[in-house]
Amino acid sequence: MSRYELRFSGAGGQGLITAGIIMAKAASIYEGKQAVQSQSYGPEARGGASKSEVIISDGPIDYPKVTQCDALLAMTQEAANKYSHDLKEGGVLLIDSDLVTNIPAGNFKTVAFPIINTAKNDVGREIVANIVALGAMVALTGQVSRENAEKAVLSSVPEAFIELNRTAFSMGFDKALAASA
Amino acid sequence: MAKKVAFMQGNEAAAHGALYAGCNFFGGYPITPSTEVSEVLSIELPKIGGKFIQMEDEIGAMAACLGASLAGSKVLTSTSGPGLSLKQELIGYGCIAEIPCVVFNVMRGGPSTGMPTGPSQSDVMCAKWGTHGDHATIALMPASVQECYDMVAEAFNLSEKYRMPVHVLPDEIIAHMRERIEFREPGEIEIIPRKAPTVPPEQYKPYDTSFGDVPPLADFGSGYRFHVTGLNKMQDGFPTTKAEIVQAEEERQVRKVNACIDDIVTFEEYMLDDAEVVVVAYGSTSRSARYAVNVAREQGIKAGMFRIKTFWPFPDKQIKALAAKVKGFIIPEMNLGMCSIELERCAQGKVPVLGIFRVDGEPINPEQIVEKIKEVK
Repeated sequence: MSRYELRFSGAGGQGLITAGIIMAKAASIYEGKQAVQSQSYGPEARGGASKSEVIISDGPIDYPKVTQCDALLAMTQEAANKYSHDLKEGGVLLIDSDLVTNIPAGNFKTVAFPIINTAKNDVGREIVANIVALGAMVALTGQVSRENAEKAVLSSVPEAFIELNRTAFSMGFDKALAASA
Repeated sequence: MAKKVAFMQGNEAAAHGALYAGCNFFGGYPITPSTEVSEVLSIELPKIGGKFIQMEDEIGAMAACLGASLAGSKVLTSTSGPGLSLKQELIGYGCIAEIPCVVFNVMRGGPSTGMPTGPSQSDVMCAKWGTHGDHATIALMPASVQECYDMVAEAFNLSEKYRMPVHVLPDEIIAHMRERIEFREPGEIEIIPRKAPTVPPEQYKPYDTSFGDVPPLADFGSGYRFHVTGLNKMQDGFPTTKAEIVQAEEERQVRKVNACIDDIVTFEEYMLDDAEVVVVAYGSTSRSARYAVNVAREQGIKAGMFRIKTFWPFPDKQIKALAAKVKGFIIPEMNLGMCSIELERCAQGKVPVLGIFRVDGEPINPEQIVEKIKEVK
């Protein structure tokens, strides 16, 4: 059975849990696959380590946590150091090139671009950095179609911010493809 | 018509399962990792004319639930960790006064404040023995988001049918995990109403055993007047210390559940037909166990899983039957061996019981279980 494991990791407050939820929702509600999202975080509202895990499969999912990661997003150096060793051979690591400067080595593909700065400067709001990252993860993993992922994004955000998030998602998707080419 | 589906957390699903069962009162006090239950119900209950109340603490919350239930409401509270400790006195009151209510307790690390955001399965004994004195306990263990919905609905049924508090005990992983769920159609799960009195108010006794071990319960405010106390009581609800009455009443309150164990206990058998090693598991740990059993089978090991869905009453009969034919039990749990004690009791020394106990806030991974399966010779 196909079991695809994703981990969104970084610091509390970066919106990684939300990004994981939207990825899983895209797979489970819009793509017709099965998906489970889980998370772990500390007691702090911001800061501290945070991670969100998503398992996507064609069939029922038993263990809801990552065993061997297919795709990892690391939004802090600490997360990159801590989790890159769990990556499968041939897996993919996405990092924010401004925040993760000491790039972990391994038998996986690393894709880097300035995720937070893309949100801040190109999209116009730093707060959508998680959606930029999500767009990039959708492009790099191929587990859900661009259309279904976009539907999941737009159904998860308040109406007033639909265009902002649409732009963030597209920007992340395109930049990841360009950076991995 | 297509069923309503959603992608949500176990906690959110529990709130919707409660609404499906007819819950119209929530008394609570927010605490991680159970707060989402109250968040959902604070929005949804007012829409249907129900009542949501956040009390000054968990003790008050449990008291509010008991009062509302006596007035005829179907009541839920949710809590976690130290919140469950605080509720215990009133849970005992619900046991002796025989007041239906559902306690949704998300298990986090403990004792005391412990690890508020970390998963645990260390309240299984607290659900049973947390309140003092002899009493029957029913506790259900969801292992998926859908089961949070379904089991809360079922817990309402059991609480009404047996006139007592019923626990639903997800661990933090199940409560916070998100999956796709289907909302049940009306009638898809039978909703059991409270047994109402058939006699006029002047003849009514709240603990009248001529109607069986579960006497009918009248709604306060409906013209029926009766006395409710935490003291041992007579059939009319007033206190007594008469030895034969106290003995008979205590025995009845335990018997009302024990005589119906086959009706109450639910479980899942996975690859047990030819299994030699049986992983007994519950909650999120059963998901690791299922994965591990699949891995072991691929390696030619005859492994299976017995999943506990009803933890209390404990599935003695099923475990004893397995103990007579398998080579050993594996029990992975996020505590230091609570279910293990029950397994040892049922196995009666016939087969080894090997535990994997974890209290570090990390889930038990399938690999640990596979390794343990291999230890059974």
